[in-house]
Amino acid sequence: MTEHREFLTRRLHSLLGVLPIGVFLIQHLVVNHFAVYGEENFNKAADFMHNLPFRTLLEIVVIFLPILFHAILGVYIVFVARNNTRNYGFFRNWMFLLQRVTGIITFVFIVWHVWETRIQLWSEGADYSLMEGILSNPFMFWFYIVGVLSTIFHFANGLWSFCVTWGITQTPKSQKVVTYATLIVFLALSYVGVRTLITFAYGV
Amino acid sequence: MAENKTVTFIITRQDGSDSAPYQETFKIPYRPNMNVISALMEIRKNPVNANGEKTTPVQWDMNCLEEVCGACSMVINGVARQSCAALVDKLDQPIRLEPMSTFPVVRDLIVDRERMFDALKQVKAWIPIDGTHDLGPGPRMPEKKRQWAYELSKCMTCGVCLEACPNVNDKSNFIGPAAISQARLFNAHPTGAMNASERLNGLMEDGGIDGCGNSQNCVQVCPKGIPLTTSIAAMNRATNIQAFKNFFGSDSAL
Repeated sequence: MTEHREFLTRRLHSLLGVLPIGVFLIQHLVVNHFAVYGEENFNKAADFMHNLPFRTLLEIVVIFLPILFHAILGVYIVFVARNNTRNYGFFRNWMFLLQRVTGIITFVFIVWHVWETRIQLWSEGADYSLMEGILSNPFMFWFYIVGVLSTIFHFANGLWSFCVTWGITQTPKSQKVVTYATLIVFLALSYVGVRTLITFAYGV
Repeated sequence: MAENKTVTFIITRQDGSDSAPYQETFKIPYRPNMNVISALMEIRKNPVNANGEKTTPVQWDMNCLEEVCGACSMVINGVARQSCAALVDKLDQPIRLEPMSTFPVVRDLIVDRERMFDALKQVKAWIPIDGTHDLGPGPRMPEKKRQWAYELSKCMTCGVCLEACPNVNDKSNFIGPAAISQARLFNAHPTGAMNASERLNGLMEDGGIDGCGNSQNCVQVCPKGIPLTTSIAAMNRATNIQAFKNFFGSDSAL
């Protein structure tokens, strides 16, 4: 087993990106979308999530540890690549570069986001007015737009490479179909996320 | 007028494996249907650079001159390819020639592709048939599968896929696409299949198949049109299954 450590850590990296991180991301975007249905609805949902049984354990095992592992190994993966889109400007090579760029942006965004809306509050939960306060600042609004879109792109494009890494899509045709499928995932989740941010920032 | 036409080459040169690279420009007389190799031969005939100074002839590697041996790979106008198949008429001028940066330079445009042969050893890309007695004829291969496998067997270890791959570089230990596809080829062979798990375990060693980042440049640049990304995905599936068998146990894991 030990001689396959690199193989196993890379496979774990790929798996964690979808399970549980990807599933958590979808859940997080959907629950936050309650904001669009009104402040009271959002606070009720946030309260429900905050008061889940075993919340701290769930946060550590399902969210913090997987993201930490994925992020640290991910930064290493970014730095061992020698990007060459200038000479080899193929679509997938651009996606390869964007996956690394959005990975770093997402990393910075998540560190800030977790600090601001989770660690700083600690035992209290986040509520509508907190997010309204953050996002009514135009700089933070755009920071969140970039952060959310880059996270969703990283997830959607990551789904595509997940399918290759796990040997699900082998033929060029199946890989192409999944490219379109992940594009739909990107657009759909982007709507869910950006719509929420607009509500927090502008109350509409 | 046409007789006076010249072609300009800017060549990245290096006198030895440890010396610093430098650029030298050459203007050579144009002939119709020239390729990069015939231009290099022209420089060898008259090793004078664009400033009119006498210099050493540019060294390069070549063999078959018909894109089947893989020896004459170099970076031409930024893109790795076979210089024998690079026609001057189809290239933007000045034509820039560089050695492939993924490999150690021996001299000028000659690189040492030994790491590719080490990679083939890592994945045991051969079929062991030696024994102390005559083993007789091997199992037959269906014709349809033979034709399919023939496409994979066209690999000439030219190194173009490694050069185009953003994950093959001096910071990473990734063996590159070529050896992964060769493991698939030999695992598909009826006799080679007897050692399939050894090749898969080789692919799972450090620097193996997990180094692929799916940029898919390899399949775009392969001069032989080998479906490298299909091979990588197929070997991803096979190594995953092998990893499960190794861990949980299976009589077919060996």
